[in-house]
Amino acid sequence: MSALLDVIHLKKSFGGLAVTNDVSLSLAPGDRVALIGPNGAGKTTFVNLVTGNLKPDQGRVLIGGEDVSAMKPAERVKRGLIRSFQVTRLFQDMTPEEHVAMAVLQRDGRSGRMFGHYAGKRQVMEEVGSILDLLGLSALAHLKVREIAYGQQRLLEIAVAMALRPKVLLLDEPAAGVPHSETTRIEKALDMLPAELAVLMIDHDMDLVFRFAKRVVVLAAGTVIFDGSPQAVTADQRVREAYLGSYGHAGSAA
Amino acid sequence: MQTVLSIGIDALAYGMILFVISIGLSVTMGLMRVVNLAHGAFAMIGGYLASYAARDLGLHYGLAVLLAVVGTIAIAIPVERFLYRRIYGASELTQVLMTIGITFCVIGIANFVFGPTLKTVPLPPSLSGSVDLGFRSIAIHRLFAIGAGLVVAFALWFLIERTSFGIRIRAAVDNAAMAAALGVRTEIVYAISFAVAIGLAALGGVLGAELLPVEPYYALRYMVTFLVVVSIGGAGSISGALVACLLLGAIDTTGRYLAPEYGEFFFYLAVIVIVTLFPRGLMGRLK
Amino acid sequence: MRTQDGSSRGLVQALADRGIFGILIIILVGIAGYYLLPNNLALLTRITATALLVLSIDLVTGYCGVATLGHAALFGAGAYGAGIASAHFGINEPISMTLIGAAAGALAGLISGFVILRAHGLAQLVLSIAVVHLAHEAANKASGWTGGSDGLSGIAPGAIFGVFEFDLWGRTAYVYGIVLLVLVFALLKILVRSPFGMLARGVREDSLRIAAMGASAHSVQMRMYVISGIVAGIGGALSAISTQVVGLDSLSFTLSAQSLVMLVLGGVGSLYGAIIGTVVFMFFEDTVSAANPFHWLTIVGALLILVVLFAPKGLYGSAIALSSRLTRRKSA
Repeated sequence: MSALLDVIHLKKSFGGLAVTNDVSLSLAPGDRVALIGPNGAGKTTFVNLVTGNLKPDQGRVLIGGEDVSAMKPAERVKRGLIRSFQVTRLFQDMTPEEHVAMAVLQRDGRSGRMFGHYAGKRQVMEEVGSILDLLGLSALAHLKVREIAYGQQRLLEIAVAMALRPKVLLLDEPAAGVPHSETTRIEKALDMLPAELAVLMIDHDMDLVFRFAKRVVVLAAGTVIFDGSPQAVTADQRVREAYLGSYGHAGSAA
Repeated sequence: MQTVLSIGIDALAYGMILFVISIGLSVTMGLMRVVNLAHGAFAMIGGYLASYAARDLGLHYGLAVLLAVVGTIAIAIPVERFLYRRIYGASELTQVLMTIGITFCVIGIANFVFGPTLKTVPLPPSLSGSVDLGFRSIAIHRLFAIGAGLVVAFALWFLIERTSFGIRIRAAVDNAAMAAALGVRTEIVYAISFAVAIGLAALGGVLGAELLPVEPYYALRYMVTFLVVVSIGGAGSISGALVACLLLGAIDTTGRYLAPEYGEFFFYLAVIVIVTLFPRGLMGRLK
Repeated sequence: MRTQDGSSRGLVQALADRGIFGILIIILVGIAGYYLLPNNLALLTRITATALLVLSIDLVTGYCGVATLGHAALFGAGAYGAGIASAHFGINEPISMTLIGAAAGALAGLISGFVILRAHGLAQLVLSIAVVHLAHEAANKASGWTGGSDGLSGIAPGAIFGVFEFDLWGRTAYVYGIVLLVLVFALLKILVRSPFGMLARGVREDSLRIAAMGASAHSVQMRMYVISGIVAGIGGALSAISTQVVGLDSLSFTLSAQSLVMLVLGGVGSLYGAIIGTVVFMFFEDTVSAANPFHWLTIVGALLILVVLFAPKGLYGSAIALSSRLTRRKSA
């Protein structure tokens, strides 16, 4: 088993409606996969099933070959499955430096220490500094999150995820709510993710998807209807039907 | 057999009084999502007003009850307008603090105005006797309390399930923003529900004065009990509240009869067990 | 350190962050109290013991976001622990009594946390109230051990280090209380600045986000509850040692609610706020309730409503906000 993430025959229904219907997906090291689909296709449910925030009716999730289906979200995180949030979920009263330091300490299993200040550990602070630097957040390191712009908060989401040193990274709409002029900064940040990392990005923004992804998976009505290259996806008949059938406007899909 | 019957009747009467007082709390907590620790304080105000009207003014019992309910609502309306509206949607801690503050104020003022002694609401002759069942007699007041509880439960069920106002309440409980978008004036629904809830609390405070004696610390003493009803029954659920009240009435009364030296120990133990087992309430409605 | 505008201000900030000022102020106010109010040392010691309880509530409410109305259970456990050790087992050495109180408080914190942290929202609040009532009823029933409603008497603490006797004027008890408060404050200041303290603040703000970082919010809150129990237990032990009697009121809902009020008055989520709130509240109480205890409750209620409406950050929080607004205006 060389795959980092294996999702096997995952099923979930809410009140008789199959929201995730027998979805299987596999990610290898270095994969850059985009998961797309029309509204209501079940993308968010799928993410929550993989992270363990929802319990599937059937199916299994494996990280690096290890079955984590029965594990809580925090235990999956410890095995390298990290997610970012579609709506920014940061601690409003804490600084970017504190966010990244907390993530680094948590990853190293030192977040429970009750003595000494986090800033006292030099090697921690060096790593925190380099991550903030990489994402261009150094100047904001000591401001409270509530005081920084939304686009910068999105970058901080990515910084926190990177600090946790993921093996598999689930990016839930990393550019959601960011003005178009600033998406390039997010794209640049995504380019800097470690090469061996497997990334699954969930997004609507087709420009971003085509630039980022080497492979595209299309979800419609809870089922995978396409899994292939970005070049082939627009030509696929079932994908066209899924989007055009539910919207009626070709323009909004692509 | 005698004891079982006595416990049964007392438990039923106590449970029904609990229901009359706390159902209003349940509805308002389901509707406005306010943790209202001051609900018992309004029941206590009802008890004081009725006692004053019946004992000091010599009014008829029925008139005293009416006066107590109307008077308590009149006191509650400005409190809702100026204090409660500030904490709708606020954090739980804020709501707890504000409503504890109101409770403390009510206790202090009641103590100042009426003194620290127990106040009774004298029953009319028609309610103060007992009926002889042949093998045992039952205080009429207990039967009256049980009857009143049933009437309140039925009336509320009718109001909520069968009237157009009920439809608006249910819509607002389910999704206040959606209801407002559909043209339900939630502020008015809130205000009316609050008034009804306080009126019922006052009614329960008066009817239950024999079982929950009226004194200044009433508001603190039974604060938990009323909250527990909502927590176990599920906020906004009439049937849940009824079941919770009967259950709690049974536990409390049985404890008092069989192990009085333990005080309320078993009551609180039961509360912890039930809330731990059903953190979302027996009916699972509490969010 | 954190502010780069001028090294003197940076030094001041760094000292404030480390709680050096807090410790100095507690010591100075402590000395001032000793000489200015020599006939009121019993009251001052009571304030010190209560300040430990309020600090302990701040740990779970202010730093972990758990709203509790049952924290006196932890304080009472410490008081009865230390009291029973002395009255029934003849352990009269004050420092041992304090340690026993701390251990009893930790145990009570563990049990309370186990019960309370299973639920959220209203259910959590109800559980916290039920816990303190249950403890109260249990202590009342076990009158052989606790003295029931008469209170536990026969507590006879010996001299500290065999030298400092507990005198009639309460001087030794007062000094011992201030020393305990300074020690606890210094340790808590380290705790809230530590990685664990930072994690706890994260739990307060968004426990789901904490889980997505691989940490367990429940375990953080549980550990904090035990620490909080140690602090409250020390406060209870101090109360038992200084008054030489433990009453059921130390396990009461009223004490739980009042100490939460003190915390809110001073400012939730700040160790300074907890202490300031306690001192202001209890001095006020002593003055007003001497005149009329029932007016006192009305005033507490009104005060609480006013704080919620006009100063939700409490005295300390509002003062900080005001001073930072003033300095900002000056520099602009």
